[in-house]
Amino acid sequence: MSIRERLSGNEAAAIAMKQINPDVVAAFPITPSTEIPQYFSTFVNNGAVDTEFVAVESEHSAMSACVGAQAAGGRAMTATSANGLSYMWEMIYIASSMRLPIVMSLVNRAVSGPLNIHNDHSDAMGVRDAGWIMLFSENNQEAYDNLVMAHRIAEHKDVLLPLMVCQDGFITSHSIENIELIEDDKVKEFVGKYTPEHYLLNQKEPIAMGPLDLQAYLFEHKKQQADAMCKAKQVILDVAKDFEKMTGRKYSFFEEYKLEDAEIAIVCMNSTAGTTKFVVDELRAKGIKAGLLKLRVFRPFPAEEIAKALSHVKAVAVFDKADSLNAAGGALYTDVTSAMYVNKNQVPCINYIYGIGGRDTKANDIEAVFNDLQEIVKTGDIQNPYRYMGLRG
Amino acid sequence: MSECKISKDTPWQELTIGGNIYEAGNAMEFKTGDWRSVKPVFLSDKCKQCGLCFPVCPDDAIPVNKDQKREDFNYDYCKGCGVCSKVCPFGAIEMKEEGDE
Repeated sequence: MSIRERLSGNEAAAIAMKQINPDVVAAFPITPSTEIPQYFSTFVNNGAVDTEFVAVESEHSAMSACVGAQAAGGRAMTATSANGLSYMWEMIYIASSMRLPIVMSLVNRAVSGPLNIHNDHSDAMGVRDAGWIMLFSENNQEAYDNLVMAHRIAEHKDVLLPLMVCQDGFITSHSIENIELIEDDKVKEFVGKYTPEHYLLNQKEPIAMGPLDLQAYLFEHKKQQADAMCKAKQVILDVAKDFEKMTGRKYSFFEEYKLEDAEIAIVCMNSTAGTTKFVVDELRAKGIKAGLLKLRVFRPFPAEEIAKALSHVKAVAVFDKADSLNAAGGALYTDVTSAMYVNKNQVPCINYIYGIGGRDTKANDIEAVFNDLQEIVKTGDIQNPYRYMGLRG
Repeated sequence: MSECKISKDTPWQELTIGGNIYEAGNAMEFKTGDWRSVKPVFLSDKCKQCGLCFPVCPDDAIPVNKDQKREDFNYDYCKGCGVCSKVCPFGAIEMKEEGDE
């Protein structure tokens, strides 16, 4: 029997970490992820886990300690947000290029400045090309479930890449919701023991990691990372299948909400999907064929699958909770439109930058977008595809 | 496959991930002597075999034979730092610009 609880997103993440019981957690507090290492440190203090908790002096050191611990042969986890992730930047790339399956809880927050501690996705979007697997979570349940699945994906021999589980700062991290937890022993069995093939503390095999890698080799090692990211797609699906067997909860690259027969659709990630579902239901009640594609797996990017899922709709709006400031549109938008183009799906596709710095995303904002889409279907006239939602002026 | 036997022709599928080296003691495979811009020259007639030079070499580039006597430099690894020349009490190691002779 699963356990019914009510927890905040941060509590849910901390409890997943407790059940995973990693060898090392190294973290530095930063809003809104602070509670994760805070709760976790009480588990360490109370003896609920065997983890070595490293209270580092910065996020650069948090990721460095995780790199060291994972290279040594341990399972390492951390949590951070926004500028904390920015400060990890250098080591983020070291972790993925050394092929260390570290797992991070990223509680999404605006990267300053001007100084802002609230939710958007500018932190995650900044590391989208860093070679980490990136899973997004609509609510507390998904933040928890994604963490339980994380190690099985990251540590798979075909993958060996670090993984971050994203959830929206404050909106889910600090909101208490009902959640279904899995029993400790089931999580332990599902996650399994970490048995790396090569690791630094193996006395029988002295090895060197992270050597000088110049013109004759780096290119090939990057290709290996790219290949692992491609292979991660199948592993993500396989792990989701096993997870469904254990919990009954179904996961894939994305969730299609009333998308099958939809004429107009929105693509978004994290908590906004919940509000969009509410709007879709309202429009459906009025006979408007609205739908949602909620992306869970942003890296690897399921380009072909997204293009296929959207091929039948008449107009699409992609929501980006971070502006790329590139005069062309947000990162998710450019990824989705490129996927559509390459797969020869010429569906009118517009972009909305929204929710920056924690700006509320309301049901009427989303409804207005569906109205815009209906107008585009009617007239075929897109005008400006690079738009803003909820912006004054 | 011995990891230090890779070359500039090895395809990406055959390289170890992250460039990991699953073997110890392979610095020998990497000849660093071509980093040198100044070169130590061993003047054997001035050398008293006092044994002060080879322990200070950071690269083990001064071979010592079975009779405990130093031999000429191993230029495959000597980077030309000049520490041996400084430590020699007899002026038996002279530093010369590479390509001067």
